[in-house]
Amino acid sequence: MSESAHASATHGQPGHGEGETRRDFLALAATAFAGAGAACALWPFIDSMNPAADTLALSTTDVDISPIAEGMRITVKWRGKPVFIDHRNKEQIDQARSVNLSELPDPAKDEDRAQKAEWLVMVGVCTHLGCIPNGQKQGEPRGDFGGWFCPCHGSHYDTSGRIRRGPAPRNLDVPPYKFTTDTTVSIG
Amino acid sequence: MSTSSNPATGAPKKNGIVEWIDYRLPIFTFMNHELREYPTPKNLNYWWNFGSLAGIVLVVMILSGIFLAMNYTAHVDHAFVSVERIMRDVNYGWLIRYIHMNGASMFFLVVYIHIFRGLYYGSYKPPRELLWWLGLVILILMMATAFLGYVLPWGQMSFWGATVITNLFSAIPLVGEPIVTWLWGGFSVDNPTLNRFFSLHYLLPFVIVGVVMLHLVALHTHGSNNPLGIDTKKNPKDSIPFHPYYTVKDMFGLGVFLVIYAAFVFFAPNFFGEPVNYVPANPLQTPSEIVPEWYLLPFYAILRSIPDKLAGVIAMFGAIFILFLLPWLDSSKVRSATFRPIYKQLFWIFLVDCIVLGWAGAQHPEGAPLLIGRLATAYYFLHFIVLLPLVSKFEKPRALPESISTPVLKTEKA
Amino acid sequence: MSINLRRALLPALGLLAALSVPAFAAEGEIKIPKQSWSFSGPLGTYDRAALQRGFQIYKEVCSACHAMSLVAYRNLTALGFSDAEVKAIAASVEVQDKEPNDQGEYVMRQGRAADHFKAPFANEQAARAANNGAYPPDLSLITKARVGGSDYLYALLTGYKPAPAGMTVPDGMYYNDSFLGHLIAMAPPLSDGAVTYADNTATTVPQLAKDVTTFLTWAAEPEMEERKRLGVKVVLFLLLMTGVIFAWKRKVWKDLH
Repeated sequence: MSESAHASATHGQPGHGEGETRRDFLALAATAFAGAGAACALWPFIDSMNPAADTLALSTTDVDISPIAEGMRITVKWRGKPVFIDHRNKEQIDQARSVNLSELPDPAKDEDRAQKAEWLVMVGVCTHLGCIPNGQKQGEPRGDFGGWFCPCHGSHYDTSGRIRRGPAPRNLDVPPYKFTTDTTVSIG
Repeated sequence: MSTSSNPATGAPKKNGIVEWIDYRLPIFTFMNHELREYPTPKNLNYWWNFGSLAGIVLVVMILSGIFLAMNYTAHVDHAFVSVERIMRDVNYGWLIRYIHMNGASMFFLVVYIHIFRGLYYGSYKPPRELLWWLGLVILILMMATAFLGYVLPWGQMSFWGATVITNLFSAIPLVGEPIVTWLWGGFSVDNPTLNRFFSLHYLLPFVIVGVVMLHLVALHTHGSNNPLGIDTKKNPKDSIPFHPYYTVKDMFGLGVFLVIYAAFVFFAPNFFGEPVNYVPANPLQTPSEIVPEWYLLPFYAILRSIPDKLAGVIAMFGAIFILFLLPWLDSSKVRSATFRPIYKQLFWIFLVDCIVLGWAGAQHPEGAPLLIGRLATAYYFLHFIVLLPLVSKFEKPRALPESISTPVLKTEKA
Repeated sequence: MSINLRRALLPALGLLAALSVPAFAAEGEIKIPKQSWSFSGPLGTYDRAALQRGFQIYKEVCSACHAMSLVAYRNLTALGFSDAEVKAIAASVEVQDKEPNDQGEYVMRQGRAADHFKAPFANEQAARAANNGAYPPDLSLITKARVGGSDYLYALLTGYKPAPAGMTVPDGMYYNDSFLGHLIAMAPPLSDGAVTYADNTATTVPQLAKDVTTFLTWAAEPEMEERKRLGVKVVLFLLLMTGVIFAWKRKVWKDLH
């Protein structure tokens, strides 16, 4: 305070304690207002970079699954990303369900990952760094566990899309989906 | 805050990191010198707020523009729809676009006031000629940027404004047509034109920032002019440190300005706009009226008031370029119009003349408006070429005060 | 002396101004009377019931010729429709999918909420061919794209009158009081009872015009309510902030004066 008073004095004006307090309060209040205002004003700009309304509206994809034969896998686009739909056969289902959960890096029951045992729906993006794992097409490497194999850094996924070996930290994500009819699945 | 500085010197209290950096890169010393201690005449009135205000609007324009560019598509098939997507789907896109759209008008409003303040108080006079020139360069860059930006939404007025303005260059003898084709990148205003306009519209604001820096260097070399137009360096009592006096005054001015700006953005966002620009560009149909934005209307009036194409274009550009000669056309030693009784009258007449030109630019170029536009154009040049040199020669200025702090020594006879 | 002169001149100037305004108005300028809209003023909002009725008119009348390509079915939730209602509205049209199917064909499918309003014609040429060479403009932005805005649209929709004596109206054209040049290619779109409202609102032409204008104003400025609401807050905040800064400024400068 006394320093500030001295400041005024150097400019040739007498400073008064009471006035100084009031001035400091006003300075604080004004700066707080301006700062809060500026911070609030930033939000619209930041928010404008979030997905726009039309982008969000496109986030549902309906897929007709009737042409997918048992043992076949198809890829559809949802939110600009590939979604794997796998029509599993009995062998693959059994393989997925017989695994001891304690062996898994990211334990999850196959029953929780597939709403209907024969249909596996997953986002086909490796949870390591975003590559698309191989295994969708006939003849592509499916890794050591019969599921998918990511060529970028060698992550192996099993027939439930769970990570078994390699650098990926998590199982392949399951998107929100539901069977709107027996032959239609609505993703998103 | 005043508590964080050493009040005796006004220098910020040094802490270790600041000192370490400052020793190697003296940005703190620089900022302290130019933004805190910077001695400023103590009698600046509110007309002096508009310089810093213009700087802030420039920042707002660049910021909002960058975010608009993230969602804009510079293609003739998508530009209009992408702007409408910003308005309808992008979060707060409508706000950012209206800030940008109205910001252009606000920018010109602020800068025009800033320029007329300079005209009234003789801020272009020695030793500030280059400061004045740099300001004019900023004005020209602003006009170019505004024109380029107006084309981007690809509405009817965007397209036809671009067509008309680029066609101005066809008035150049011999090389006119090739130049216009070159500007377009084709045989009409089309996709290549839109693409290059977007590129340049993004570039020029940063060029403006650069020239603003130079403008500030020139300003700080000899300091601000002031309402009395006298040199304040002689009397130390005439100057006060920029901070806190002018920082707080500028903040207050900014607050008032933002209220007005916000009123337009939120309650009359299309006040300055042309409805026909919400119709997508149609290269086969010209709208019934082609009008530029208000801030270009005076120049548009000058263009239209001359029946010859080339002469009209020359007059329009001449209207801006003659401002570069102002420091020599007006040779009076006295800066401020306060002490120049005849120049003061001329100033107000000139201001009215510019407003009349703006009005004439918005009318159909026929009948009375055309005649009035022609008279106003003639007066515009008369003001600079004839009246100013004569007045500065024969006018008898009133006595100047010795300093801001001391009252006028020789008082005029009542 | 000068004061006397001013006193003498002012009424004369006023008279001149008063005379010149109607003179201009009579000379081709069309007078658009101001209407009172629920969305006028800094606090105005859209009347949801009017919006829904207006949408019904667009759907049943205007959409036969006019596209509204910037508006999506999902936007209709703003009119007070539920998600299920919006889905049903969208599903009532067939649209061509933007992506080809596995056979490489573009197939028709049911509309979805994310789709934009289906246009009545494939392109401008088709629209002109079906409308005597006239192009029914897209209505998404119509109130913003016309001088006079909503008031103009209302005046146009209610402006059909018998042509004044001595004026010949060519085939395929109609006389309209509010249209520039008075000859418009659009047949009177509204008539008493043109639609059947679910509520008991009268279906007179002025009422229909008012409802559809409200709907089209919303279509042009769907952000208006949010804009005004936010605007009130921002302006109040700025006034308060400026007040505090002014007090600070006075305090700082007091020492100097």
